[in-house]
Amino acid sequence: MTDKEQYKIHTEPYYQAQGKEVQLYEAAYRNRLPVMVKGPTGCGKSRFVEYMAWKLNKPLITVACNEDMTASDLVGRYLLEANGTRWLDGPLTVAARIGAICYLDEIVEARQDTTVVIHPLTDHRRTLPLDKKGELIHAHPDFQLVISYNPGYQSLMKDLKQSTKQRFTAFDFDYPDATLETTILAKETGLDEATAGKLVKIGQTARNLKGHGLDEGISTRLLVYAATLIKDGVEPMDACRMALVRPITDDADIRETLDHAIDATFA
Amino acid sequence: MPMTNAETAYQHPLMQAYWAQLDTRFKQVEDVFEDVMAEALAILTREDIHHYLDAARVIGKLGRGVEPLLVFLEEWPSVAKAIGDEAALPEVMAFVMKMQKSPNGKAITPFLQTLAPVARRLHSRELMGHYLEIALDMMERTTGSIHGHHTTFPSPGLPDFFTQAPFLLSQLSLAGLKNWVEYGIRNYRTHPERQKDYFTVQSADSRAVLQRERHGTLFMDVERKLDLYLRGLWRESEQLVPYSTAFDELRKPVPYFDKLGMRIPDVYDDAGQISGLDRYRATLAHMVGHRRWTEAQIADNWSPFQRMAVEFFEDCRVETLLCREYPGLRRIFLALHPKPAADACDPETTSCLRHRMAMLSRALLDPDHGYRDADLLDFVARFHALMAEGTSSTKDIAALALSYVAKTRRQSDQLAKIHFADTVVDYRDDNRQMWKFIEEGDEEEAFDAKRKLEPGEELKGLPPRHYPEWDYKSLTYRPDWVSVYEALHPKGNPADIDRLLEKHGALAKRLKRILDLLKPQDKIRIRYQEEGSELDLDVAIRSLIDFKGGANPDPRINMSHRTDGRNIAVMLLLDLSESLNEKASGSEQTILELSQEAVSLLAWAVEQLGDPFAIAGFHSNTRHDVRYLHIKGYGERWGDEPKGRLAAMQAGWSTRMGAAMRHAGHYLEARKADKKLMLILTDGQPSDVDTHDEQLLIEDTRQAVKELDRDGIFTYCISLDPKADEYVSGIFGRQYTVIDNIQRLPEKLPELFLALTK
Repeated sequence: MTDKEQYKIHTEPYYQAQGKEVQLYEAAYRNRLPVMVKGPTGCGKSRFVEYMAWKLNKPLITVACNEDMTASDLVGRYLLEANGTRWLDGPLTVAARIGAICYLDEIVEARQDTTVVIHPLTDHRRTLPLDKKGELIHAHPDFQLVISYNPGYQSLMKDLKQSTKQRFTAFDFDYPDATLETTILAKETGLDEATAGKLVKIGQTARNLKGHGLDEGISTRLLVYAATLIKDGVEPMDACRMALVRPITDDADIRETLDHAIDATFA
Repeated sequence: MPMTNAETAYQHPLMQAYWAQLDTRFKQVEDVFEDVMAEALAILTREDIHHYLDAARVIGKLGRGVEPLLVFLEEWPSVAKAIGDEAALPEVMAFVMKMQKSPNGKAITPFLQTLAPVARRLHSRELMGHYLEIALDMMERTTGSIHGHHTTFPSPGLPDFFTQAPFLLSQLSLAGLKNWVEYGIRNYRTHPERQKDYFTVQSADSRAVLQRERHGTLFMDVERKLDLYLRGLWRESEQLVPYSTAFDELRKPVPYFDKLGMRIPDVYDDAGQISGLDRYRATLAHMVGHRRWTEAQIADNWSPFQRMAVEFFEDCRVETLLCREYPGLRRIFLALHPKPAADACDPETTSCLRHRMAMLSRALLDPDHGYRDADLLDFVARFHALMAEGTSSTKDIAALALSYVAKTRRQSDQLAKIHFADTVVDYRDDNRQMWKFIEEGDEEEAFDAKRKLEPGEELKGLPPRHYPEWDYKSLTYRPDWVSVYEALHPKGNPADIDRLLEKHGALAKRLKRILDLLKPQDKIRIRYQEEGSELDLDVAIRSLIDFKGGANPDPRINMSHRTDGRNIAVMLLLDLSESLNEKASGSEQTILELSQEAVSLLAWAVEQLGDPFAIAGFHSNTRHDVRYLHIKGYGERWGDEPKGRLAAMQAGWSTRMGAAMRHAGHYLEARKADKKLMLILTDGQPSDVDTHDEQLLIEDTRQAVKELDRDGIFTYCISLDPKADEYVSGIFGRQYTVIDNIQRLPEKLPELFLALTK
């Protein structure tokens, strides 16, 4: 039997609720409803799931999806050994067996035919057929499936099938509002509120430009990076340029506008 | 009136000597001579006076009347003062003599007339030398015979150029001036009237080029940045409308905003350490402040003074609020805001209201203002107290402003002489949005006319699209040089085309066989499949090695295939110039008829393949009128409509190919296809009646090919001109075919297309 403990989260991750999502998630978990977490990159989706796993004291198995991933990577496969073959459970199977929360991060990155294997786990059946092995797993009562998904990609190829989408309850995340985000930065990095507030202001400048040359605004995660650098003694303006502006754009006009916003804010 | 030196009795012997040296009999000179000399003596050294009078004597004897001499005598001392001791007299005189010897003698007076303001702009002998070089170059190249006449004509633009020179130099650097002049000479050398229009800065392209060459930060260069600035920092998405500051010397327009957008100057020079871009930002931020926080006030009951004070206070209020938002703005505002000296204005003789307001405005923004006036300090404190409570309001701040006016009023405020120096804050708008007038006033007027369409008047046809043209001599684009008008080709009888197709029935059958072979069948390999149609040997072996070595083998050792469709968008561009009406050699048919046959066959073939396909024709009658006629659009099937248009095809005018290609290219660019092909069917080299230099349009077309290539469009030329070898490879590189036997065009064209897309 796989060691359950290794998947447990032992220290409380810092998570600042933006609304009622914690209570709602608990309700969904009580009823073992599958959950989808939507939102732009770096807004705290994964942190939220981690936090909930800690709060519910359940093991969490995270799979970062990519387009080379196949169904076997999720479910499991036979391995060749010197004297025959051996079955190895995939992460989804492990989670279903031990009763963990299985978190498929950035699910749209996986190919659509791969995603279909989660279907039987997400409706009333709560089973996972291992057709190669000839086994039907009934999910552990504690098992829950969570997926995350960034609707910002706006690509025909990277969208979930309706049949997949309609199996989940969903949380729509966005970047927190200014005060909350300031608190988050201060809490997460220990930076003073005033400087944190300035960082948030710059972040919002970039978010205003989304769709006008920026695909995504500056994420909370990047703001945390900048705050960390400042906390470490880096000049605020340098830290902002390094952590906030340079990563998100190569467009000279946008870069200059954001640089100006930094100068104007930190003067 | 005859006069001799002896008759002119000057008191001072020195003056007498000078007069003798000047050696002139003009009465008008005598009248002013003493005054002129007084100025000259104050500026020039004794030796310089000597040269000055020598030069004046020469100018007086040019035989061009008294004007040049008077002008020279009056202007030269200021020139010398502007340029310094070693004023460029020899160079100037050499230039005057050159003009005298050429037919351009008339330009001497305007040249001398504007020499002083020009010198004040240039400030150095060296730059003056460059200015003379530019003028000389222009004179030499624009003087001469026109249209084969044998007499030489004076340069038509030269006098106007000199008249405009001070203005031009106020707008342009010398390098810019050189480019501007160069452009005018190149394009209008053989056209006296246009040349005059150009050098008087009246024609549109003269202004356009001037604009391009101006110094400072051009609005059009930073438009996107400003747009992003408004959007990102202020969440505004207002239309930005530039106005020109170049042509309104008397009354400088001031930024403002209204329902149609924010009006800002088209160029800002750097102001000290503040870049032009930051000046734009300051201007926009200030306007944003008004939009956010200013409520319009009813103005009727307030005097102009009171309104001015309210405006100053309100401007400071919104700027204070802006700086709360972005503290860094204060640095920019302060650098741009004038700092009037406390004692700059004398209240006894001058109206100091503006001066007081500007000082107050400075003090409200600048904590280190250093003014000591008690009233001023009192009101600064009251202002800050008001602002400390929150955002305050226009009404409250107006009340404060009114009491300030009442407290500091002076009798002299009514004086006509107003102190203006250092009181204009140029990034602030004119505050027209701040006032509501219950009665119609005539005070606020827009400086640009309304451009609204009258009801009932509608735009006819599509507006022209403007394309640049490449000038190979200067290696620059002539901006917006060619106007392309597009329209649907008129319709004819589609049955004609069907008849043509029947005539080529046998050929069509042959083509059909080739077409079937071309039908989509490309296979794309998909590797790394756990289950697939074939074993992928490379990966399989790698897995086996992994396995033998005891590592975990990758099970994705198969591959599969998927068929991929043809994805080619095609544009066929037909040259419809006059020469198409000629009979093809050895045939009874005109080239036009043969082209029709060929195009219908090609269209039929492409339709069979299912590639998106468009046909358009073009011809031109000067750069102002390039016609682009749609025959078949991408959305249309090859049915009666396009066939009818093809049947009605007519030829006329000339071949301005580059513009048509750019226009066709913009349609192709909008297609989503892996491959984009533009076929050009032409019977001659690019040419047009308004272009004398044959090479120009050839080079422009070549440039168009390069542009299209850069945009991922493959161009291919099918030339019916037997002499095409001389130029076509220069334009299209190796992407062309010359069809010598035009009669075979109908079969060649589809074959060629198929070969290209195989």
